[in-house]
Amino acid sequence: MEKRFVYADNSATTRVSQHALEAALPYFTENYGNASSIYALGMNAARALEKARGQVAAALGAKPNEIFFTSGGSESDNWAIKGCAENGEKKGKKHIITSVFEHHAVLHTCQYLEKHGFEVTYIPVDEKGLINPEDVKNAIRDDTCLVTIIFANNEIGTIQPIAEIGAICREKKVLFHTDAVQAVGNVEIDVSKMNIDLLSLSGHKIHAPKGCGALYIRSGITLPNLIHGGAQERTKRAGTENVPSIVALGVAITDACADIPAKREKVSKMRDRLIDGLLKINETRLNGDREKRLCGNVNVSIRGVEGESLLLNLDLNGICASSGSACTSGSLDPSHVLLSIGLPHEIAHGSLRLSINEETTDEDIDYILEVVPKVVKKLREMSPLWERICKEENITRTI
Amino acid sequence: MIYSEKVMDHFANPRNVGEIENADGIGEVGNAKCGDIMKMYIKVDNGIITDVKFKTFGCGAAIATSSIATEMIMGKSIEEALKLTNKAVVEALDGLPPAKLHCSVLAEEAMKAAISDYYKRQGIDPAPFVGEITPHCDGETCGCDVNH
Repeated sequence: MEKRFVYADNSATTRVSQHALEAALPYFTENYGNASSIYALGMNAARALEKARGQVAAALGAKPNEIFFTSGGSESDNWAIKGCAENGEKKGKKHIITSVFEHHAVLHTCQYLEKHGFEVTYIPVDEKGLINPEDVKNAIRDDTCLVTIIFANNEIGTIQPIAEIGAICREKKVLFHTDAVQAVGNVEIDVSKMNIDLLSLSGHKIHAPKGCGALYIRSGITLPNLIHGGAQERTKRAGTENVPSIVALGVAITDACADIPAKREKVSKMRDRLIDGLLKINETRLNGDREKRLCGNVNVSIRGVEGESLLLNLDLNGICASSGSACTSGSLDPSHVLLSIGLPHEIAHGSLRLSINEETTDEDIDYILEVVPKVVKKLREMSPLWERICKEENITRTI
Repeated sequence: MIYSEKVMDHFANPRNVGEIENADGIGEVGNAKCGDIMKMYIKVDNGIITDVKFKTFGCGAAIATSSIATEMIMGKSIEEALKLTNKAVVEALDGLPPAKLHCSVLAEEAMKAAISDYYKRQGIDPAPFVGEITPHCDGETCGCDVNH
């Protein structure tokens, strides 16, 4: 098969859609006014901001005044968690509940708060990468100020029982935040029905530019200001707004949420074919629940090969993917997510995440399924680990 | 993180991959838990390394450092080979990202482990020539920064 370019890392970031780009462009060079200015040029920008706010709110089942624009998912997570912690501290509530496999923006924020006198309970996940809502219920204490649970995991794509956790938190009168960066546009979200008090989202995961996102804050909750300064974002987050990107975010989220069931049906078919094809490789396992996962997420561990060398070889063949191996994380430890579902280090090192979306084609899937086994064969032939596994376990089939 | 063109070349086209049947020395370092294992085979004739092969489980840098290390000791005397340092390996690859420097240490150790094994097979104590080879990582108590 001819070499082609296949972008299968949409959980890392996405291409900006033509629609979002076209919507944003006039706000660079024509309607470039400051949204705080009184003249028409400024008011045009302000109107565009409020339109985008309405679009984001509509996608979540929220009200426009509950949406605050930020620079992205990490900022939203930080604001939500530190803000609720600060509010909680004033009432003597210094306990936070989260899970062991959150995104680092949540995990590291919680660890920071631990250093400042907060106590954090880390809810475990089962071997399929799912949280049991009962565990959350049992962890809630009188001094719990926040429960924060990821909506859909960024590495293994498992979708958590958010509505159940939301109902528990509401009943126990504890605030509930969710990092929905991977879920938006892939899962129907209704913050009211799901009893979500705070929700983080990011633009660049849904075909808007990098550097824009939002935090939904249920009306009635007052978080401390994130950035002090001007009156932007109702004084909560000062600084002149990133109007073009916010306009793009409004368009992108509307498109992403326009017909989620249709998208899910189309993408999950390709995902399932990808999973089935990859599992034909000897000694390969799927990470994360097969059903309760994002429609575009595939995460497998291939024994005897190391993730980074797998990725570099895929890149030589035009395929962009990612891995939870230590070597790709910048540290020497494999991903905390893979370890949390009980994978031993050596198997976690050989993980491969392919995240596809509605732009992926059947030809792309065919190509991936042709290239991956070839690359695995090449790497296994030079792997002393694979040699040992074969010897110890009497494996004769190389791929 | 950026790899030099030299690293990518050795990664994409690794030299001297494989095993040597009836090798005169075999050295293996690293472990699966830390994510890299290097195994080096040498053939020695009259004190000269006449053939080298390697097998590596590991990242791009691990494969590239093993590949270039085999090139650097091929045809050399054992004494010369023992002078090969991880620094020289890094320089030959036009540098490695800081997080990957341990891979070059692994290449040096794999080569030394193979030479040690050669000496042992000759009934010679390798310690005076090769020094103590500290296992790069035992998966439990090593200093490789991994939270085992």
